[in-house]
Amino acid sequence: MFESKSGVFLIAGIGFFSLSFLVMGVLPWTMYLDQPELTVEEIAEQGILHEFVDLAERFPKQFEEQYPGGVTTASFAEALELGHKIYVGEACWHCHSQQVRPVSNEDLRWGPVSHAREYQNVLQRPVLFGTRRVGPDLAREGARRSNDWHVAHFFKPTIVAPTSVMPEYPWFYDEDGYPNKRGFAIITYVQWLGSWLVEYPYYQGEGPAGPTTDDAINQRRAGTQTKKKETDF
Amino acid sequence: MTQASSHQSSAAQMNAVARDSLVDTRIVLAYFSVSLTFMLIAMLAGLLFSLQFLQIYPFAGIEFFSPGRWRFIHTAGVAFGFIANAFLGALHWSVPRLTLKPVLDKRLSWFIFFAWQAIVLASVVGFLIGHAQAVEWGETPVWVDPVALLGLILVGINFLSPILKAPGPMYVTLWYFIAAFVWTVLVYAMGNFLPEYAVGGAASGALIGLYIHDLVGLFVTPIGWGLMYYFVPIILKKPIWSHGLSLVGFWGLAFFYPLNGIHHFLYSPIPMFLQYGAVISTIAVEFVVATVIINFFGTIRHKGDMLRTNLPIRWFYIGMVFYFTTCLQCAFQVTLTFQKIIHFSDWVVGHSHLVMFGVFGFWILGMITYLMPRLLGASGWYRPSWNAWHFWLSGIGLLVMFFDLTVAGLVQGFAWRGLALWEESVIASSPFWLLRMITGVAIIVGQLLFICNIVMTAIHKRTVEPTAEPSGTPAHGAAATT
Repeated sequence: MFESKSGVFLIAGIGFFSLSFLVMGVLPWTMYLDQPELTVEEIAEQGILHEFVDLAERFPKQFEEQYPGGVTTASFAEALELGHKIYVGEACWHCHSQQVRPVSNEDLRWGPVSHAREYQNVLQRPVLFGTRRVGPDLAREGARRSNDWHVAHFFKPTIVAPTSVMPEYPWFYDEDGYPNKRGFAIITYVQWLGSWLVEYPYYQGEGPAGPTTDDAINQRRAGTQTKKKETDF
Repeated sequence: MTQASSHQSSAAQMNAVARDSLVDTRIVLAYFSVSLTFMLIAMLAGLLFSLQFLQIYPFAGIEFFSPGRWRFIHTAGVAFGFIANAFLGALHWSVPRLTLKPVLDKRLSWFIFFAWQAIVLASVVGFLIGHAQAVEWGETPVWVDPVALLGLILVGINFLSPILKAPGPMYVTLWYFIAAFVWTVLVYAMGNFLPEYAVGGAASGALIGLYIHDLVGLFVTPIGWGLMYYFVPIILKKPIWSHGLSLVGFWGLAFFYPLNGIHHFLYSPIPMFLQYGAVISTIAVEFVVATVIINFFGTIRHKGDMLRTNLPIRWFYIGMVFYFTTCLQCAFQVTLTFQKIIHFSDWVVGHSHLVMFGVFGFWILGMITYLMPRLLGASGWYRPSWNAWHFWLSGIGLLVMFFDLTVAGLVQGFAWRGLALWEESVIASSPFWLLRMITGVAIIVGQLLFICNIVMTAIHKRTVEPTAEPSGTPAHGAAATT
């Protein structure tokens, strides 16, 4: 059996793989069946994001060109879906996680710990837990920074964060430097992350945007250190 | 031409005729050539990506050179361009020799060869136009996935045919190959289709974890070890030390390896009891690995001098040392204590480079070093010393990269836990990222030397000096001088 073709083929090949698939794949799958997976339309119907409206007001001409119907549930859903596609296609998820863990003071830094229910929507199919944090976690990013900040940041991140190693994305903008369809979509998607929480935005320290000068970093550091509480670590 | 040499060449011709009916050396050469080409492309993509971390990306603002998209090319290129192609070449060499039967159909072999290159190139195009899929290592666009799966099924049929026809008990290598053909198809289907079309949320995380891990554990590892069980005894000219340990190694891997997947997402919303289960099976794998390593070091006992004199053996055994290192490291880093600090950090990046390049990459380069002169019909290498440089540049480059990224991961993890501002963790990482880039350059220079050596050997194959080893591997002269 242990050295025969059928033994290797059936037991090791098909048998052990199926066992692992049942235990490590199907079992967790069945455990979330009671939590419905929301479609993009259902997400949009729960309420249009303030930042999406803000984008329409800030860039009325460009927004009207890209989303002719203006701010509607349908256009919000469309922006979310396209934003998610860009987030995946541009490999944002290789450098940004979307998962606040219950350890290493992550709840102090990012906000409430992530729950399974938050991932039960089609924009988490496949799930975007992330693999590496070259940049910050984004699970609680929504409304933490202004649309203006994001417009500048996606164009050239070092404008607003001089130490950033994030690539620049000028193809999210038209010739005049205004966001194009992709620009609106990716900003809407990032501003949506965490917006489902009761309390949001979750600011790090005091200010909405990270400080950039050395003096500001030191000041802020002094502030966060006094506030830091003892944790489970 | 002297009488002796004409006698030699006619014997070589007869040999070639006998071999051709069994092993198609041209397809082995073709696979190795594209494998090395994709290796170079994937490594250059990695180097390009590493420049972004230093804020000196040369093609900033050009959509098709977006660093994120080239990062896909780095990982998928290594898995499907470099490793898969080299393995297919080595399978074409070893399976007919082990079974004494040719593959199912040579035309099918060539069809698979061209189809696979089309699949890899289509994936590259897909990445560059922003069509990736959010499954790590399964980023191949959704429109490539069904074709790739079909290709993998054909590969299985083509090689399973001679294996199933061969009579008698099977050698260890073939256990690994049979299982790998079954696993690869199942794993690919599971990871690329279910999280996309059937299930989302945390449950898809469990499946993606399985996929990431199984691609290493059930595709790359069994074929890699199968080839080690084939090439090491042949080059050492002695049998594997213990048949019993071979059995333990194979069945232990087959049982425990697939149960590891969820350890990629510890502290995630996936149920905790499954996370514990994955941690325990991962630690169990380490014990299985120890038996395999003991078996191979028992095999080289009394022939340890070949580590110095025979370059392929050195590639293989340094790869095994790295394999043991990664698995030992894995048994620690998979614990919840380690995960608090190292998850999401560069530690993990160092780990993956040690596995994919330090183990399987090294084994592949060793096999190519061993086989290439035979495939080219040359009696030796154009410059054996270049191969020694290739080894040392790759080995030292990789080792420094591994330690560099491991320490960087600890610095990042503790900075994050200590609630340092994000900018500070980036500033603290930058010297490590600079060193990582430099080690990458060293590795690439080594590969370029190797590729130049192959090209020069092909050009000068009639005039290269035969090396001491009949296999065409560099003898002490080259190895001892460096």
